[in-house]
Amino acid sequence: MLILLVIGFLASAIAPLLYKRFRENFGWIAVLFPLFMFFGFLSKYPTIAAGEVLRESVPWVPSLGINFSFVLDGLSMTFALIITLIGAAVFLYAGAYMKAYAQTGRFYVYIGIFMTSMLGLVLSDNMLLMFVFWELTSISSFLLIGFKHHKETSRKSALQALLVTGGGGLAMLAGIILLYRVTGSFEISSFYDMNDMISAHSLYPAIVVLLLIGAFTKSAQFPFHFWLPNAMEAPTPVSAYLHSATMVKAGIYLIARMNHEIGGTPIWQDTVLIAGASTMLFTALLSFRQTDLKKLLAYSTLSVLGTLVMLLGIGSELAIKAFFIYIIAHSLYKGTLFLVAGTLDHATGTRDVTKLGGLRKLMPVTAFTAGLASFSMMGVIPLVGFIGKETVYKAILGLEYWGGFLIVAALFANAFVVMITLLVGFKPFWGAMLPTPKQPEEAPLKMLIGPALLAVLGLLFGLFPDFFIATMLEQSAQSILSEKLSLKISIWEGFNLVLLLSFVTLLLGGLVYLIRGRVADRMKHVSLPAVIKPSAWYDGAMAGLLSFATLQTRIVQNGYLRNYIIVILVTALSLASFAFYQAVEELIITPDFSITFYEGALAFIILVSTFLLITSRSRLKSIVALGALGFSIGIIFVIYGAPDLALTTFAIETLNVILFVLVLYRLPRFLKLSRSSNRVRDSLIATCVGVFMTLTVLFATSFELSSELKRYFAEASVPYGKGHNVVNVILVDFRAIDTLGEITVLAVAALGVFALLKLKPQGRE
Amino acid sequence: MYSVILATASRYLLILLLMFSVFLLLRGHNEPGGGFTGGLVAAAAYALYFIANGIDAARTIVRFDPLRIMAAGLLIAIASTFPSLVAGNPFMTGVWINTGIPLIGKVGSPLLFDLGVYFLVLGIALTIIFSLAEEDRL
Repeated sequence: MLILLVIGFLASAIAPLLYKRFRENFGWIAVLFPLFMFFGFLSKYPTIAAGEVLRESVPWVPSLGINFSFVLDGLSMTFALIITLIGAAVFLYAGAYMKAYAQTGRFYVYIGIFMTSMLGLVLSDNMLLMFVFWELTSISSFLLIGFKHHKETSRKSALQALLVTGGGGLAMLAGIILLYRVTGSFEISSFYDMNDMISAHSLYPAIVVLLLIGAFTKSAQFPFHFWLPNAMEAPTPVSAYLHSATMVKAGIYLIARMNHEIGGTPIWQDTVLIAGASTMLFTALLSFRQTDLKKLLAYSTLSVLGTLVMLLGIGSELAIKAFFIYIIAHSLYKGTLFLVAGTLDHATGTRDVTKLGGLRKLMPVTAFTAGLASFSMMGVIPLVGFIGKETVYKAILGLEYWGGFLIVAALFANAFVVMITLLVGFKPFWGAMLPTPKQPEEAPLKMLIGPALLAVLGLLFGLFPDFFIATMLEQSAQSILSEKLSLKISIWEGFNLVLLLSFVTLLLGGLVYLIRGRVADRMKHVSLPAVIKPSAWYDGAMAGLLSFATLQTRIVQNGYLRNYIIVILVTALSLASFAFYQAVEELIITPDFSITFYEGALAFIILVSTFLLITSRSRLKSIVALGALGFSIGIIFVIYGAPDLALTTFAIETLNVILFVLVLYRLPRFLKLSRSSNRVRDSLIATCVGVFMTLTVLFATSFELSSELKRYFAEASVPYGKGHNVVNVILVDFRAIDTLGEITVLAVAALGVFALLKLKPQGRE
Repeated sequence: MYSVILATASRYLLILLLMFSVFLLLRGHNEPGGGFTGGLVAAAAYALYFIANGIDAARTIVRFDPLRIMAAGLLIAIASTFPSLVAGNPFMTGVWINTGIPLIGKVGSPLLFDLGVYFLVLGIALTIIFSLAEEDRL
């Protein structure tokens, strides 16, 4: 599985090259990538269906318990199949859809990285590994939402999604670390028998809350839901893929995955149940006034996500069954409808549902696809969505305390979903033809295959649920509940209460659809008070953060280099003097003042160049003096046997002089800017620091340094590092990760310089 | 401020210095040197060329955008951490192959890492120098 993921990332990386080569036909090439993965997983299907669990582990940082551990069981298999199948549809679709955008190659990089990370997320058995993939999906989502980066709303939405999901991710990380404190492991499979121990621990509530914040932000649960509708700024294939079918289910996946390990307690079940149910209801109601195709779909996605979370909160066998069927059904129909919405946008130039109508004659295939998916979404027999909705109602009815309340909530939520379906799936195609900005025509083949395939699958899954769903359901239930679940799934169970509920849902939905226009018109001027809108809290928090940053920058980073240096030096001086004061008795200086000729000469040069440096009235002279100073220090390194340091110093000094010369003639004419009081203060600080450094060096050399590390590195360098230069072996082998961090920082700094100097906003010189 | 002597000399010095920088990079494992120093020396070589021949000539001779050199360096350094995984060792364990060729001897992933550092440092220094040098033309 690790190999598969590595291939995934590599394939994403070369996407732009292939795109340049194939251009028009790139969609057909790109689709091979998810298809390859899909069939890879499918080939393991019999193994998983037989009840086996495939594991794989490669040590990554074993000393910290971080490993590339993967697990393929029923649950991860189901998700992996969904991810790759819908991925295939989307990759192909985007081949035609993204033609309107520049940088399609880059788009495929992002979406390829996303798909691979998403696979990594559902396959990870190590919580920190999962966290890494989790954040990777957030980042690729950020890049994809902001794909139209010249639009301000895109950038803003992308940032919002990143901050909300990324912030949640941090909470999750904290939860993971706390869990590690309790269990001593990051491996999910090692928690298997620990439920009692974990839930009895005093840290348990904190763990639950932190992990759930991560899951709720990712899966856009109330009150974190607001980022998802805004994320509709992304190109439509992205919305279809990330923001309905896969990424937003990551949080749900986490809850399902951890359900057996840390769930089962009242705090876990109730929190999940309440969050899910409120999301389901409120977001459905919020869809009422929307007219944008994608926003409507986004709100229905939110409602479904809420339903899924609620089902996990119920946690009964029936609920898990419903959860499972619903997740598959939703991925199939919602992916389809999003793609259909994209096709409509593409063909007509508008996404406003009130401006669309009567397109069925011009776009027959799309109309058929949309109809099929819509029936599934509304829960019409015999599509898979019907089974999904039936089982959801059954699961809710099985609940003792909340059942009555929740069934009403679910009924209303679903009625609104039916309304959304009528608006998105039927209204654009039926009725009278309405004028649109573009002359509509049927979409190209690439944009038809994917959605049509998914819609037809929705029908097949509904007709043969035993064949398609039952096996994986059994195995997934094993992962979620850790008990064998062999529930028959059948589409027709006779006339009963549940069927009646389905019928009422449709009726109610139709009713809402009919009155929608008039009521929405009347409500046009009503708006919710900002106090109860979570998005307003977010805006407030952002504004607060920015003003705080402005304030803090004005005080701490005022732009005067001299002030920074003074702060740094004075802080160092006072802290170190305090340390010296504490250990004043132990500080002995054994003076050894025998000076060789070289040392004396160097000291002389250094003193003279320093004097020149601070008294000179010409910048050029100062630079030369500074250079001489630097080189002399380099020579000191040579004398005392640190050739590596000396080499580096020489090189740095050389470049330093060049850089100074480059900026030199851009500076204003040499002026004496500082007042004499400032100069007195500066020289005082400088003298103190000088005296202090001298003392430190004298103290340090008076002690015999016995460092274990020094000995270890000297001895280990040749056998382990295969090098005789200890300094370099430490840099590139023993402590290579430090070096990696340092060079990354350097690169970022250089990018900063580049951005400051080169990327000036156009039209503002 | 064009100097014929410097311009001519810089052409030869460039080659010499670049060779020296590669020498530093390669000997770094056993003797003083290494990717960081090597990269700095290489950057200094180009800087010299730039001083003698101007920014456009320097850009031409570097050929690649310094930012790309920098990114490539970082990529190489990160890539060098992966061979250990293939070998089944923890992340970033050095992997060595004994080529058996005289003078070259053992080649290992730390060398790759050092090569990454080399390019990264070169890229950073050139990015900063070139950006500053072009500043006044805007």
